[in-house]
Amino acid sequence: MRAIGLKLVLQIAVLAVVFSASGHAQERMAPTRVGGLGAKLEYCKTCHGLSGQGYLGYFPMPRLAGQQPEYIEAQLKAFIERRRTNPIMRNVAHVLTPSMISALANHFQHLNPPPFGGAPRGSIATGKKIYEEGLPESNVPACSACHGADGHGQNEIPRLAGQLYPYMVGQLTGWASVRGQGTSVDTSAIMAPTAHNMTRSQIEAVAAYVSNLH
Amino acid sequence: MHEARKLGVMGRIGLKTAVLAIFAFALSTFPGSAGESAAVRNCTWCHGTGAQGYTVAPRLAGQRPAYVMSQLRSFHDHTRDNPFSRQYMWGAVASLSPYTARDLANYFASIPPRPANDGNSVLAARGRTIYMDGIPEANIVSCYACHGPNAEGIRDIPRLGGLAYFYIKARLEQWGEGYHSTPGSPMPMVATHLGPEEVEALASYLSFVR
Repeated sequence: MRAIGLKLVLQIAVLAVVFSASGHAQERMAPTRVGGLGAKLEYCKTCHGLSGQGYLGYFPMPRLAGQQPEYIEAQLKAFIERRRTNPIMRNVAHVLTPSMISALANHFQHLNPPPFGGAPRGSIATGKKIYEEGLPESNVPACSACHGADGHGQNEIPRLAGQLYPYMVGQLTGWASVRGQGTSVDTSAIMAPTAHNMTRSQIEAVAAYVSNLH
Repeated sequence: MHEARKLGVMGRIGLKTAVLAIFAFALSTFPGSAGESAAVRNCTWCHGTGAQGYTVAPRLAGQRPAYVMSQLRSFHDHTRDNPFSRQYMWGAVASLSPYTARDLANYFASIPPRPANDGNSVLAARGRTIYMDGIPEANIVSCYACHGPNAEGIRDIPRLGGLAYFYIKARLEQWGEGYHSTPGSPMPMVATHLGPEEVEALASYLSFVR
């Protein structure tokens, strides 16, 4: 009799805890639209542009439209594992499930808005030459060798065409301090010597050139 | 008779010179001296004599000039359509030239802003977390990504640090209710995901940012 009473009390207590917990969760989540892919896409596009063309906030938000899905997946993983340091994207990435990541990457791959624009135009010809021929005297290979003549990239090698100028300059000037952190097996290590061997003005020229490619 | 007429003519010339001198003085000092020009006075009537904001009219001091200009344009084009904008700002900017708008924007940007400090200090820490990180699970974006680490804004993205609690709260609520601001602004989309608790926490935190 006493044992049954105790069991009952325990069950009621457990139920009470469960109900109050779910009640709290509902309260907290109620005002927000917690949806599936659609809501998450809207979330991405708030910063990366309504058509994925990129956006200039306090920081430049890169273009995702037409990006290689393997690259997007690899970068989101790098943010989670802190191989790529970024105060905003780490939080963004760590709540994404693998299937959500694939769905997002697949969506952005098929967007094709015109380039964001806004790059200085003076050094585009120089940038084209570096992009297509590299800088043999500085041991910088032609960008086109990996990123393609059209700048569309392939597999884990990112699309550069239409990428935001300030984003490109920021990444190439700060490569080693942001990418490939704490490991030598990160694929981004491939770019480290190349980024290091380019001068600021050479970086700006290449960034201006690719930002206008479509 | 002759003397009197001569005096009258001279008097008129004198008056004209004086008017011109005052006009030139006003031009040369605008917008350098606060509250001196009629255009500035028309703003500070509602936005506070020191442009630090007053009740529903937001602080203009220290605001990004490109933002002020874009908002003046959106009042003019009737794209910023919340009730107070319709009631006050649509009329206020109806005959404002782009040059005056630019001068006003630059003038107000030059005034050091003071924080309103009128939020709920208990909610400030929660507000700061939402400001910096957003709530990724609930698709609430980080404010920091666009408005900067100290809510200082950049280009036409406004400074939010130190704006009044009620102003920020009202703006976030109005976007959530479907009011518009600048064409292409992501804010209506941002605000639809914010619940009342998040809005209060954000508005509280921002009111204390210097």
